[in-house]
Amino acid sequence: MSNITYLEAIRLAQQRVLHEDPRVFIYGQDIGVFGGAFKATKNLAKEFPGRVLDAPISEDAMVGLAIGAAVEGMRPIIEMQFADFSTCGFNQIVNQAATLHYRTGTSCPLVIRLPSGGTPGGGPFHSQSMEAIYAHYPGLIVMTPATVEDAYTMLLEAVAIDDPVIFCEHKFLYYHLKADRLPETVLPFGKARIARQGRDVTVVAYSAMVHEALAAAEELTHDGYDIEVVDLRTVRPIDTDTILASVARTGRLLVVGEAWPWGGVAAEVISRVATEGFGLLDAPPQRLNAKETPVPYHPALWGTHRPTASSVANSLRQLLEL
Amino acid sequence: MTLGKASVSGSKRVGKPSQGVTRENARRAYRLMLEARVLEEKLAVLYRSGKIVGGVFLGRGQEALSVSLGVHLRKGDIYAPLIRDQAGRMAFGDTILDTLRTYLGSSLGSMRGRDGNIHRGRPAEGYHAMISHLGAMVSTVCGGLMAKRMRGETGAVGATCIGEGGTSTGSFHEGMNLAGVEKLPIVVVVANNQFSYSTPNERQFACADLLSRAEGYGVMGRRAVGNDLIDCLGVIGEAVSSARSGEGPQLVVADLLRLVGHGEHDDASYIPEFLKMSPLGEDCLDLARTKMLEIGWLSDDEVTDWQKIIEKEVEENASKVLREPAPDPSEEDWNAFSSLDPQQKQHLQTGGRQ
Ligand SMILES: Cc1ncc(C[n+]2csc(CCOP(=O)(O)OP(=O)(O)O)c2C)c(N)n1
Ligand SMILES: [Mg+2]
Repeated sequence: MSNITYLEAIRLAQQRVLHEDPRVFIYGQDIGVFGGAFKATKNLAKEFPGRVLDAPISEDAMVGLAIGAAVEGMRPIIEMQFADFSTCGFNQIVNQAATLHYRTGTSCPLVIRLPSGGTPGGGPFHSQSMEAIYAHYPGLIVMTPATVEDAYTMLLEAVAIDDPVIFCEHKFLYYHLKADRLPETVLPFGKARIARQGRDVTVVAYSAMVHEALAAAEELTHDGYDIEVVDLRTVRPIDTDTILASVARTGRLLVVGEAWPWGGVAAEVISRVATEGFGLLDAPPQRLNAKETPVPYHPALWGTHRPTASSVANSLRQLLEL
Repeated sequence: MTLGKASVSGSKRVGKPSQGVTRENARRAYRLMLEARVLEEKLAVLYRSGKIVGGVFLGRGQEALSVSLGVHLRKGDIYAPLIRDQAGRMAFGDTILDTLRTYLGSSLGSMRGRDGNIHRGRPAEGYHAMISHLGAMVSTVCGGLMAKRMRGETGAVGATCIGEGGTSTGSFHEGMNLAGVEKLPIVVVVANNQFSYSTPNERQFACADLLSRAEGYGVMGRRAVGNDLIDCLGVIGEAVSSARSGEGPQLVVADLLRLVGHGEHDDASYIPEFLKMSPLGEDCLDLARTKMLEIGWLSDDEVTDWQKIIEKEVEENASKVLREPAPDPSEEDWNAFSSLDPQQKQHLQTGGRQ
C-alpha cells in the first residue's frame, strides 16, 4: 500500500473493525451504498451487508439508537455528516451516553465520528471544531488525530474502548495527508506525542493545527530557533505530564487551537501549566485560537479566521521576545 | 377520523375481553397496581417528613395503563419506563426495596445515590434508567432492538412510555420516525393525562387527536381507555403481541388524569374540577376492583389481605432502608469512565496529575 490518505485510513480502520468484531456496525446519513458524504464508508455496505446503515436525518435518534445498541453489547460507530450537526444529537451524547456508566454501572461503548474543522468555503455550519464542548463532559473520551497513522490506530482503539468516544477527524486533513503504510503499534490514547523536538518554545497543538505548528517551527529555524511541537492526540484525557515535561525543557508555552478560545482546549492546557508548572515558565503562557466570530465562508476571511503557519510563527516570535 | 395506511384500532371492548386479558393477568396486574399505590403513598409520607431529598413524582391514577404494559413484557424484552410508571416497573421486576433505596439515596440501591427517584434501572437487564430529557428513550429502545435484530434474535419487544407533553419533543418525533423506518418491534404508550406539568393540551399540540400521529409515523395506532385496567390490558396486550409477531411499531394513546400533582411539591390546582368529576377522573384502582369483583376475578377478602401484606412489606422495607448507609463521598471513585484499569482511570480523570 502506498499513498494512504487520512480519509482512507479512517475507511480502512472501519473495514477492519467490521471484519474483526461482529459487534460493530456503522450508522449515519448516506453512508450505505452511497458511501458517505466524504466516502469514509465507501464499499463497506456491500462488503458488510446489514451493518453499514443509512440513517434518517435524526442526529438525536441516531445517538439514542447507538446508546441502546451499546447497552445490548454492540459497538456502534455513528457518522455525523459534519461535526456541526452533532449539536442536534447533543442531548443524547452528553446526557445519556456520558452519564450511563456513572449512573448505572453499565458501560456505553460507542464511537461518534465528527468530520470536523474548517475547509475553504465551509462556512459557519460546516467548519466547526467541537472538541472542547464534548471534552467538558465527564464520561466522554475525545480524540483529535493529526496524522494518517493516528487516524487509523486511534479509531481502532476508539472502538475497543468501553466508553463513548468522540472522534474528531479533520476534514482539511482528509486528502492532504498521506502515509505509505499503516502502523500496527502506537502510543496508547491519552498519551501526547512529541511531533518535533526543540528547546526554545513548546507549542501544544492537536488535529490540523499540528501541521500549522510544524510549518511555523520550520520557519523559525531560519531565525535560529528550535521549537518543540507537542501533538495532544486526545484532548480528553489530556496528557499533562508530557506537556509539563516539555515546558520544563523550553520554559515557554504557546497553545494553538482551531476552535474558539473561550473555555477551550488551549485555555485548559494553559490553566494546567499555570497551576501545576508555574515555576517552569520563563514567560507568560500564550494561546492562539480562531477569531471570535462564526467561521466565515470566503477563503480570504477563513484563512485569517483560523491560526495558520504564519500567524503561529508571529505568535512564536512575540513569545520569544517576552 | 379516517386514517390511511397506518390503521388505528379503537377500544370499546368492555365486556369483550381480548387476548391479554386473562383472570391470571388481571389479578397480577391489580395486585401490582395496589403495590405501586401503597408504595407511592409511603413515598409521599417520606417526602413530607423530609426524608427524601429532591422530587417525588407519582403515578396515582395511571397505574392501570402503566401496569398493562409491564405485565405483557417478559425477560429479554427492553423496557424504558418514565415518571408515572411505578406499576409497570414492578411488573417488569423492579422491587419495593430498590425503589425505596433509590428515593432515599441508599448506597445499596441500584443507583448508589448517584441518581435518584424515577431515574433508576438496570440497563444490562433490559430495564433502562430514563434520563430526564423527555423523548430520549424512544430511540434508545430502538437501538436495543436493532442490536437484537443484527444478532438474529427474534421474539423480543421493546417498550417505552411517555406523557402527551413529551410527544412534543423533537427527540420523540425522531425516535418514532426511526422506529417506523426500521419497522422495529416497539410499543410506545402515550399517557395523555391532559396536562404537562401545568400546561393544558391546547397549549401543547394542535392536532385533534394524538393518535392521528401514528399515520404520520407509519406505525399502528391503538386507543385505550386509560383508567380501565381491563381495556388497557386488552389493547396493550394486542399491541405487544403484534409487535412481537413482527407487525412493526405500535403507538398506544390513552386518555386519563393524574390524580396527584406533577410532583409532591405541586397541588395541581390548575386541573379543573369538571375534569376531575368526569369519567377521566375516576380512580383506576377503584374501577378495576369493582369490575373484577363483578366478574368474580377478585374477592373483597383478597383485596383486604393483599392490602395488609403490601402495607407490611412497604413499612418493613422503608424502616430497613432508612437505616442503610448513605453513600460516602470518601469511598466514591469519582470516576465517570468505564472498564479501564484503575491507573488508566486515574489518568482519564486527572490528566495524569494528583
Ligand atoms: C426535554 C424536557 N424539557 C422539560 C422537562 C421538564 N419536565 C419534566 S416533566 C414535564 C411535564 C411532562 O408532561 P407529560 O409529558 O405530559 O407527562 P406527565 O408529567 O403529564 O406524566 C416537564 C416539562 C423535561 N423533563 N424534559
Ligand atoms: Mg401529561
